[in-house]
Amino acid sequence: MFTIEQAEWLAPKVRRLVVRAPRVSSHHKPGHFVIVRVHEGGERIPLTIADSDAASGTITLIVQIVGATTERLCSLSAGDSIANVAGPLGRPTEIENFGHAVLVGGGVGTAVIFPQAAKLREVGNRVTAVIGGRSREYVILEKELSSHCNHVYPCTDDGSYGYHGFVTAKLKEVIEECGDVGVVLTAGPVPMMRAVAGVTRPLGIKTIVSLNPIMVDGTGMCGGCRVTVAGEMKFACVDGPEFDAHTVDFAELTDRLTTYREQEALAWNRLHELTERSDASASRCKMREMEDAAASR
Amino acid sequence: MPTMKPSERMKIPRQAMPERHAAERAVCFQEVNCGYPPDAAATEANRCLQCKDAKCIGGCPVGVNIPAFVEAIAANDLSAAADILLADNVLPGITGRVCPQEKQCEALCVRAKKGTPVGVGYLERFVADWAREHRKDLFEPPAATGKRVAVVGSGPGGLTCAGELAKRGHAVTVFEALHIPGGVLVYGIPEFRLPKAIVHAEVESLRRRGVEIVTDVVIGQTYTIHELLGVEGFDSVFIANGAGLPIFQGIPGENLKGVYSANEFLTRVNLMGAYRFGETDTPIIKASETVVCGGGNTAMDAVRTARRLGGDPATLAYRRSREEMPARAEEVKHAEEEGVVFRFLCSPLEVLGDEKGWVRGVRCIQMELGEPDASGRRRPVPVPGSEFEIPCQVFIQAIGTKANPLLTQTTPGLNTNKWGNIIVDADHMTSIPGVFAGGDIVRGGATVILAMGDGKSAAAAMDRYLGNGSGDAAST
Repeated sequence: MFTIEQAEWLAPKVRRLVVRAPRVSSHHKPGHFVIVRVHEGGERIPLTIADSDAASGTITLIVQIVGATTERLCSLSAGDSIANVAGPLGRPTEIENFGHAVLVGGGVGTAVIFPQAAKLREVGNRVTAVIGGRSREYVILEKELSSHCNHVYPCTDDGSYGYHGFVTAKLKEVIEECGDVGVVLTAGPVPMMRAVAGVTRPLGIKTIVSLNPIMVDGTGMCGGCRVTVAGEMKFACVDGPEFDAHTVDFAELTDRLTTYREQEALAWNRLHELTERSDASASRCKMREMEDAAASR
Repeated sequence: MPTMKPSERMKIPRQAMPERHAAERAVCFQEVNCGYPPDAAATEANRCLQCKDAKCIGGCPVGVNIPAFVEAIAANDLSAAADILLADNVLPGITGRVCPQEKQCEALCVRAKKGTPVGVGYLERFVADWAREHRKDLFEPPAATGKRVAVVGSGPGGLTCAGELAKRGHAVTVFEALHIPGGVLVYGIPEFRLPKAIVHAEVESLRRRGVEIVTDVVIGQTYTIHELLGVEGFDSVFIANGAGLPIFQGIPGENLKGVYSANEFLTRVNLMGAYRFGETDTPIIKASETVVCGGGNTAMDAVRTARRLGGDPATLAYRRSREEMPARAEEVKHAEEEGVVFRFLCSPLEVLGDEKGWVRGVRCIQMELGEPDASGRRRPVPVPGSEFEIPCQVFIQAIGTKANPLLTQTTPGLNTNKWGNIIVDADHMTSIPGVFAGGDIVRGGATVILAMGDGKSAAAAMDRYLGNGSGDAAST
């Protein structure tokens, strides 16, 4: 069992969990993920490691509620535990001095770029972060990123905070204004990553994307996470999860992510029926309160 | 007990294995074979001629003293039978169910020459099941050697090696990447062929022998081999991390929704319990029509699993003919009884999708057998113009695996062959002193019992490496 040491809402439906996993934290590098199984009978899901502290033996996971499993995970608090955490998995981010590195994070994707920012800065890059959310309360990790980046540009779709518009528009501005961007690293919803690739492809700027396909074991055994990159089949868990954004088949990835939509809806309904029937409804209300509190910040 | 004459023994027909009815089992995951009742086991044991030069032993990768344990069954001394069996085989409840006996011990049985061989596998299973039910672990821990050994992977090879090393007094830690131990025994082989409760019982028995099993540790990622030998302080390592990455044919349409590797399909169903979705959270696509491509045991497990999930028909497409199928004979028989449709000399060319990206069928070509190839089997060649379609909503590739690179690519100095499999010497030692390997990561895809054989002989070699003299296990 893996104990949760801290838990807090960062944004509506987005929770930060600090989990005791010393074997993972001592080997974590940017780009790595873990496979988490929340409880007995639960499914295995991949989550990027947002941060780690080898001294205290903890890793940080930033989780958005998108279905039954992530909802269960986000309902946990400090002192609760997670059944299984395996990792670190995947290939780490290739860190080198590109001159000027621009990191583009959308929603919880910002958790992926956070550890990359620190390492890229360490090896001498000028680091700019462009982070987006629907509105102000969905922009996460701005303060944390500020300590590793030369500039952080928050963007909101509705203009409630920072730059009014999509991250891709801000990215274009940064590229044009600076003229020295050596690499772009991006993580977030698939349409956003695809759009980022669309911005940098004509400019020939090296762009690395962190993909989030469906996984089971996370060690190369099942092949469920296969993606097409430069016309070749790759397994995101062992060949990635980071790939050259300009050669990823995003349409296929988008489609494969919908494979279990029906079952996911069933699981979601079941969890909510259970929650409403049981005494847990009280804690569920508490969770809503906490979400609302996070939203109003 | 009066000794039976060979002529009397010869008259006894082979005792049939009681089976769950085909119609019932085609829709449930309960074990197909029900096990011999005691009288059938005793009768079957009496069929053994007790050959002085027992060839059957040579057919067993772990060298079980077959005539001796069979004789003990005939004498109704099941405790003695269990002692004999367990001395050579730490996982008899598993091998009795999944070994290809017809190619090993039973193939060499003298009675097979003019009739049917002694049901060695059935008898092994009988004794193992009796021992699990009736015997307390009478294990007395051997004197500790003070040596620490890490075993990578808790599949059949790793568990066997761990058990053999524990018998010799070494402190053993097994590292498993998944959340429960057992490797292919829990993620690959289905419940209806090998109930998970049996694997768990065997694992628990190893734990009682002092073997420590740590899950959620992916060697090559969580720790490297060099860290195990360095900061983690292990004196020796056995690598048995299994086969690895599933092979896809490289035909169009393999990334459509509804295409699985057999590994993924079986892992979802077996390890994650997707056939009980609702009680468990892992989904699986249930199709009315399923096609599985391949002819080995994994293909057979996948197609029989698909049948149980409602596949009607569940079709097996194999590019060679029935004679070349590597699958265990009993599995083929069971699959046929359960209504699995076999399409021999049939090779998929393309997975066909609908406008929404879901599988709607597979386009195949008829094959015919040509000249023998490198494997000695006649090479299948396509018959021009013979393309046809089989409708399906799920298509499963079960054509093998290639070596997993996670461990080897993070272990400098570990020599591998051109396929990425680890190279070992006659003692199972790799190019790194003190690091041994066995099972599929060395062999590139074999069987449970061959992995166990590797685990057993590697344990003896590791014992010698660790300075424990003869390498003989203390008797238990």
